[in-house]
Order: sequence, then structure tokens, then C-alpha cells
Amino acid sequence: MGEYIIKLPDVGEGVAEAELVEWNVKIGDLVREDTVLAAVMTDKATVEIPSPVDGEIIWLGGEIGQVLAIGSPLVRLKIEGEGHVADAAPAKPVKAEAPTPAVDQKVQAPKAAEDKPKPVSAPAARKGPTAPSTFSANAPRGEGEKPLASPAVRLRAKEAGVDLRQVGGTGPAGRITHEDLEAYFARGSQKPGAAALAPDNSVKEIKVVGLRRKIAEKMAIAKSHIPHITYVEEIDVTSMEELRSTLNSNKRPDQPKLTILPFLMRAMVRAIADQPQLNALYDDEANVIHQHGGVHIGIAAQTPNGLVVPVVKHAEARTIWDCAAEVNLLAEAAKTGTATREQLSGSTITITSLGSMGGVVTTPVINYPEVAIIGVNKIMTRPIWDGTNFIPRKMMNLSSSFDHRVIDGWDAAVFIQRIKTLLETPALIFVDA
Amino acid sequence: MKDISCKLLVIGAGPGGYICAIRAGQLNIDTVIVEAAKVGGTCLMVGCIPSKALIHAAQEYEKVEHFAAQRTPLGISVSEPEIDFSKTIAWKDGIVSRLNNGVAGLLKKANVKIVTGRARFRDGKTVEVETLTGQQVIRAENVVIATGSTPVEIPSLPFGGNVISSTEALALQKIPERLVVVGGGYIGLELGTAFAKLGSKVTVVEALPKILPQYDAELTRPIVKHINELGITILTGAKARGMSTKGDALLVETADGRDERIPADKVLVTVGRKPVTTGWGLEEIDLDMDGKFVRIDDKCRTSMRGVFAIGDVTGEPMLAHRAMAQGEMVAEIIAGENRSWDKRAIAAVCFTDPEIVSVGFSPEEAKQAGHEIKIGVFPFAANGRAMTQEGEEGFVRVVAAAGNHLIVGIQAVGQGVSELSASFALALEMGARLEDIAGTIHAHPTQSEGFQEAALKALGHALHI
Repeated sequence: MGEYIIKLPDVGEGVAEAELVEWNVKIGDLVREDTVLAAVMTDKATVEIPSPVDGEIIWLGGEIGQVLAIGSPLVRLKIEGEGHVADAAPAKPVKAEAPTPAVDQKVQAPKAAEDKPKPVSAPAARKGPTAPSTFSANAPRGEGEKPLASPAVRLRAKEAGVDLRQVGGTGPAGRITHEDLEAYFARGSQKPGAAALAPDNSVKEIKVVGLRRKIAEKMAIAKSHIPHITYVEEIDVTSMEELRSTLNSNKRPDQPKLTILPFLMRAMVRAIADQPQLNALYDDEANVIHQHGGVHIGIAAQTPNGLVVPVVKHAEARTIWDCAAEVNLLAEAAKTGTATREQLSGSTITITSLGSMGGVVTTPVINYPEVAIIGVNKIMTRPIWDGTNFIPRKMMNLSSSFDHRVIDGWDAAVFIQRIKTLLETPALIFVDA
Repeated sequence: MKDISCKLLVIGAGPGGYICAIRAGQLNIDTVIVEAAKVGGTCLMVGCIPSKALIHAAQEYEKVEHFAAQRTPLGISVSEPEIDFSKTIAWKDGIVSRLNNGVAGLLKKANVKIVTGRARFRDGKTVEVETLTGQQVIRAENVVIATGSTPVEIPSLPFGGNVISSTEALALQKIPERLVVVGGGYIGLELGTAFAKLGSKVTVVEALPKILPQYDAELTRPIVKHINELGITILTGAKARGMSTKGDALLVETADGRDERIPADKVLVTVGRKPVTTGWGLEEIDLDMDGKFVRIDDKCRTSMRGVFAIGDVTGEPMLAHRAMAQGEMVAEIIAGENRSWDKRAIAAVCFTDPEIVSVGFSPEEAKQAGHEIKIGVFPFAANGRAMTQEGEEGFVRVVAAAGNHLIVGIQAVGQGVSELSASFALALEMGARLEDIAGTIHAHPTQSEGFQEAALKALGHALHI
């Protein structure tokens, strides 16, 4: 028997450290070659670390959320045959470009007799101290009746933040005793079997790690650095919807289905041509605004892990079909978690859309260090007064936020009014001025 | 004068204020207390304490008078007593003074700074105090208003001359020959009884149909009986109209509409107390009011952040021990503790002869609150200890919920029953049932056995009746 150390491999992109976001194994687990041991994250790419050998986990190199240096020990394994603690090779990450089979040639891992299932991890669940059997979850207590308890019990409950009305009393006349209070504390999150509603005082600790932590940090920076001004305008998209429907029914099979996003993206390109200051990154430490020629539109997308923002590069150089195809491609990559770092960075302005859940108004948070974000709200058919009659029109709100340090309210309004004009008369999007 | 900054400023050093300051000091809160007079407040200076001193002196005097008049069955005879009333008052003042010093010492021990003067809010965090040496500005993170209450004046009987409040009644240098008490509440009857024992010819004028209107007739019957024995005249349903032009008689409209003239050397007006809500700058901070009181929530917070109010200025019952409990709680809240007002029982004692103690619901109040009740009454006539000290008058009454026997109220009337208030309040605060009291051994022979017996009576098996 020997010991084998797996070190945190170079996960690419020249990064020096990575954050541990997931352990797939625990001490005592038997792992086989290629079993995924852990996941680490750098910036926005998550990489799984497989085991290069068969063996038993005897040590884990960190806790979830910890940032580990590349090359530092990640896992220690007990393996058959001789270990080679001295010069253990780092494992290869699975998702690095052109992954190589992660087999360490020096170790002859015997495959036989290893098929037995993992032992059940813990001996049958250890029982905690059993609650007093006399405890009744709900003492008969009339509506509005004060819970009965001595001053000492009341003080203790108060200090523990317990509302005694929620505590059953086993004492005479339903008096709440110290034991009842203790039973209540011990019960914690456990729901009583009875149908009666019971309070849940459990607190689950969830470490904010990985993508969630990145989102949290970024949102905090955006909100603390940027004085947002949010501007909401109503847009009549009836014509655009007609056009979109026509285009979709006449499209070639190889062309993607158009959503409203490509229209909006093209309208933004047009409006940015007039007001390039909206397509910029503001380096507020250096006090420099980097106004970009290329319109790189971030599309905020929800994934199972949280928010990511894949970027459609050079929207100014793409046709509406091209935009649509790129959005589809990126959305798919983001959802499956296969988006590359390249695809997830470099935006100069962002669109946020909650799709059919778009609501009436949102107050979007700017994708720092950008200076503008355009929020798409839900399209709803509303009665509009045309001067003589109410007519049904497809209406959509745009809720957009701007960095008021560098974008004046007036300019923000002009920008949105320009987009409004373009979307309400969509031909303008396609006609050269 | 250099401004003072502190974490807690208490305005008023009555029982509520000084307790708040002492507790805050214990909790290492940097505390200043402002008081225009000596520390101790109404309770200590012109209320609870001096009145009890006077009541005790009167009782001792009456006892000796009984002996002298051979009206005692104990076989004791003495010669006619005499009283040097100025010495009585000096003795009372001595007690007050000792307590003043005691409270000042406690405040000092708790590192509380005492500023003597009249405080006035400049804004919610700043108070100006007019001191003997000039204006002192105090800035505080938290302010506790504990300005207390003051006797209510009747417009037709303004205080002054022979018309006096309880404050002056406790400082008389001479026992008035004829004393008229306007207002038959507990303050008027406590003092009226004391002066009657000391030899005054006392008349009580009460506008309502009965004296001690907050108590039921069963509780007040022994009081009324003894008042009659003392020769006190009670005029109920009578309205005081004002003083005679000479100032030597009170003009009264009796219940049957007749005008009557009651000769009086002193007219003591005890028609209640009102919160002190003027003179300290309430108008500067514009707090929400609850009628004439400062509105507070269950943490004694006013409508202004960081400004608390406690005691009589916040409402009924205007009792020192309520103010003290509030003061203690507020100090702990300011120290960051999680506290709120959850008291169940505030006992009220009436130091008449005999005394009345009441806590929780009376039978009538319990019924009005929707309780199905059981009542147990045990008379002191069946209590050995009461018999041996000539205190057979009165009873203990326990009011309990019929269903679970939870005690919801306890009252007693009788000699010395004020001391039973402790076990009464404890029973309510602990959530005792009849069985808890019945099952607790009460020492024999004591009057407290009456409490146990009353509980047994409510359970249907009293042993001594």
C-alpha cells in the first residue's frame, strides 16, 4: 500500500489559483480512475478534477470556497502498490482543451476485486438525545390567550428569540416549562408529524462560493460604485411583432427563429452610432472612460447555478439573423455550462430579459464597469387610445439603468427614445440613413 | 459650561428614573440623570414613603388612645396620650432624608452623574438644564423621560391657602382640627384616616356614589366600617363647589341637590394625579400622545427614535413599582438586550385601615374578560393569627379560571395584607393554578394561610371553614 497525492492541476488560462467549488468525494471513499473528485472554478469557467488512479481517499486539501494555488495538494489517496508521494504528477483537468486520459503510467492500478460497492458511509444514523415523550406540539391555548410561563422561562425565550406562543406547554394548565423550551430548541428544524402548522426555526448555512460569490461581489461593486438612474419607457412593438412573425414564417430552414432580442440588438447598434458614450467601460479608479467602437452586447442569462452574461461580439457587424444565431449558441453554452471564458467576457453594454416573466418594470443593475443596461419587460396587449378609439396594441416596457456619473439623464432618455423610434418603426433599423 | 455627552440621559430621578439609571450604570452605560429636586421623586419625597410614615404614627397614636379609653380587650391601660406633631413630621423627614441619601449613594456607586436642575428638550438628542451655576447642555444617544405625575387641581378649588394637595398634607406642622378631603380615592382615604386617628374631624367628599370606586363593595366594606367607627363623615355623590369667602369652609352640593357648608381648617384635594407633560419641552420633540400620556410601545419607546418614556407620564397604573420595572427594562434595552414588557401582575396596595391589596382580575373584571371563573374567599375571622392580633376583619379572595384553575386574580382586605402582595404577584407571574397554592405549605400561624385556604375553598375543600 502506498500514498498518492493529486495536486491541483493547471486549469489553463495562465491562472495561479482556483476556487474549490465542489467536493464529489469524502474521506474514506473508494474511487476509481476517472472518478470526478472535485470541481474548481477560475473566473467563470468551472473545471472538474478526475482521479488519475484507483484508491481510497484519505485526505482532502481544502474546504468549499477555499482558494487553492495551482500545484498545491488537492487529495491524498491510499493506493495498491507503491505510492510516489515524492513526485506525484498533477491530475489533468477534464475540461481543459484536448483532455488527455488521466492515467498515471507509473502506477499499475489493479482493477480486479475492486468492484465491491462503496461501504455505507456512516453507521446507522446516530440518535440524538430523545425529546421528552410527554411533549405535545400544540398545547390547547385559546385564541389570543397569552402563553403561560414563569418570568424565568419568558426571559430565556426572549433572549433566544423564541416566541412563546409557538411553544407547547406540558406543565399544569399548559404552562411552558424550562423542559418544554429545551425540547423546542432541540426540535429545531424538525417538523412535527401532525398536520398542524409548526414553526421552523432551522437555519441552513449555505456557503456563498463559486459563481454565486462572483455574482455577489460583482453586484455589490456595481451597486456601491454606480449611482444608477433607471428610465422606463413604453414601446409599441405591434409593427415589430408583425415583421418578426413574417420573417419567421418565411425564413430558410438553416436560419434561426427570431426573437425580439436581435431586433433590440440591432436597434441598439443604430442608437449607439449616434451616442457612442453609451457603449463604454468606465474605469472609475483611473477616471478614464473606454468608449468602444465594437458593440459587444452581453445577454444576461439564467443558468441552474445563477446568472451569467455571455457576450455577442461585434453586433455592429452582424445581421439580424447572425445576431439571433449567436444568441442561441451562447444561450445553449451558458445553460449547459460549456461557455468559454472568451464567450463570457468582453461586453460593452448589456441586455437583461426575463422573457415571459419580464414583468412590468425592473430596475436592472449595471454590468460593472459598463455604463448602461437595457431591461426588456413583458409584451402585453393593452388598449391604447388612438384619438378616437381604444385599439389593442402590443406594448412592451424597456427598463434601463445608466451610470449617472457619466451618463446624464437627458442623454439616457434620448438613447431610449431613439431605440423606441427604431422598434416602433422597425424598417428604420434596416434602412441606411 | 462645557457640554456633556452621554449614552443615556434620564430626565427625572423618581423611582422609574433612578432605577433606570442605576441599572444602566451596572451595565456600564455612560449615564446622566437630571432632577430638579432631591433624588427620589414623588414616591420618596411626597408620596409613598412619607405617607406611610404618617399612617404608622397615626396608628400608634390611635392604639394608645384605645388603651387610654379602655377600649381594648387586652387589659392594658395607660394615661391619655399626647402627640408633638412637629416631632412626628421631623421623624418622617428624617426617613425621607435617609432614603434621599441612600438613592444618591446608589447612583454614585453605579457611576451615574447627577445633574441638579430643570431639564428641557432642545431636540430629541439634546437637553438643556437650568442649573444653579448656569445652563448645562447634555447630548445623549438615548433619553428616558421619567417626569412623573402631579396632583390634579380642581378649577373651583385652586391649591393655595387652606386648599392643599397631598404634598402639603404630608408637611403640615399642626394637626388640623377640621379636615375636609375632596376625593375618596386611596390617597384621600389613606391620609384622611391617618388624620382622623390623630384627632382631626374628617369629612370626605366624593363625587361618585362610593368611595374607593376602583374596588368592589366586598373589598371596601371593612374600610367603610372602620371609617365610620373613626367618626369620619362620608358624603358620596357630592360636588365640591369652592371655598367660602372667608376660606374657612367648603361649599358642597350634596347628592340630593342641597347646598351645604362644611367648616374646614384645611381642605385636602385628592382627585387624582396627572402626568407631567409640560415644562420639559414636549412641544420641541412633538411625541405621539395617548390621551394626556406619552404614548409608548411594549419596549417603552416613544414615537421618536432613541427617546423612551417610563412611569406615571406613560399612563395607568401610576405606581412606583411599575415605573421601576419599566426603568430596569429600558436600561437593559439600551444595553442591547432583547426585552419587552411582558409583566402579568402589578399589585396595587391601598394603605387604608384595614389595607387592601389587589392583583389581576376582580371577579367582575374576569367575567367581563370572558372567563368562566371559580372564586374562593377565606375570612380572617377563621384565621388564628388574625384573631391573635385583633385583625379579624377582612378576607382573602382568589379568582381562578373554572376550566384549568389558572389563577387570574387575587384580592385581600385586612390588617397588614400589603405584605401578602408578594405571594399574590408571584402566583400570577408564575402562572399558578389553584392546586399550586393549595399544595404549598403556608406557615402556621400566619395570615398567609388565608391565601392557601382561599385556594382550597375555590377547589371545594377548604379546611378551616
